[in-house]
Amino acid sequence: MLRITRAIEFSASLRYRRGDLSEDENRRRFGPRASHHGHNYRLEVTVRGEPDPASGMVMDLKDLNDLLEREVMSRFDHRDLNDDTPHFEKRVPSPENLASVIAEILREALPAGSFDRLRLYQDRDLWVDVVEP
Amino acid sequence: MIALCRRYQFAAAHVLRQPAWSDAKNERVYGKCANAHGHGHDYGLEVTVTGPVDPETGWIIEPELLDGIVHRRVLERFDHRMLNEDPLFRDAVPTAENIAAAVYGQLVAELAGPPEVRLLRVRIVETERNHFDYGEMP
Repeated sequence: MLRITRAIEFSASLRYRRGDLSEDENRRRFGPRASHHGHNYRLEVTVRGEPDPASGMVMDLKDLNDLLEREVMSRFDHRDLNDDTPHFEKRVPSPENLASVIAEILREALPAGSFDRLRLYQDRDLWVDVVEP
Repeated sequence: MIALCRRYQFAAAHVLRQPAWSDAKNERVYGKCANAHGHGHDYGLEVTVTGPVDPETGWIIEPELLDGIVHRRVLERFDHRMLNEDPLFRDAVPTAENIAAAVYGQLVAELAGPPEVRLLRVRIVETERNHFDYGEMP
């Protein structure tokens, strides 16, 4: 079993906001995170498998990169997570929730069984790992 | 599995010296780290926790709550201190391995789930060239 990892970086804006709470309640609950703000996210995606005997590759990094461009960058880079994506209507765009959404997307998009893990950095001091069994 | 990791920093001094050994043996085993006057590091501390994501807050743990625990239990105790003088290292040489184990011990009681948040791993980054993990890898 081999694992290969590719990293991408995207920037997005967000607000922690639950529709069932008033403006004041959201602010009390989430503090400065209730305000419109943004992060430079770094995403490391790890794919597992056996190297193809002919090519010597688990997965062509260009294919992986194209997939990440299509599935992650086009959805999230220079977007507003609340207004430009359908994923945060019922949950806040916390790093845990954003990492879970991206993991869900990659499980679907990558060849079956090949998604191994991801690491999503919100900044250099806070990150989330999602690890497949 | 989903895990949250947060990175902190503290600056501390230590001497690597096993009192049961002769000076010569300490010098042989620990080299320049045995300097009796001490030396120090800007230690990086990574704390990894796991647990269910609260559907309301979106968090495994509120970052400020984790920060508070780490500050109270570890950073206030170790930052700008001489580690050999801390009772945690009365019977243990303050190697990075033992620092990682001691930090884990300081934190685990307050992050003792399931069902709530559970401490998974402590990483001590002694320098950019070496780090030490205590606990389970995510």
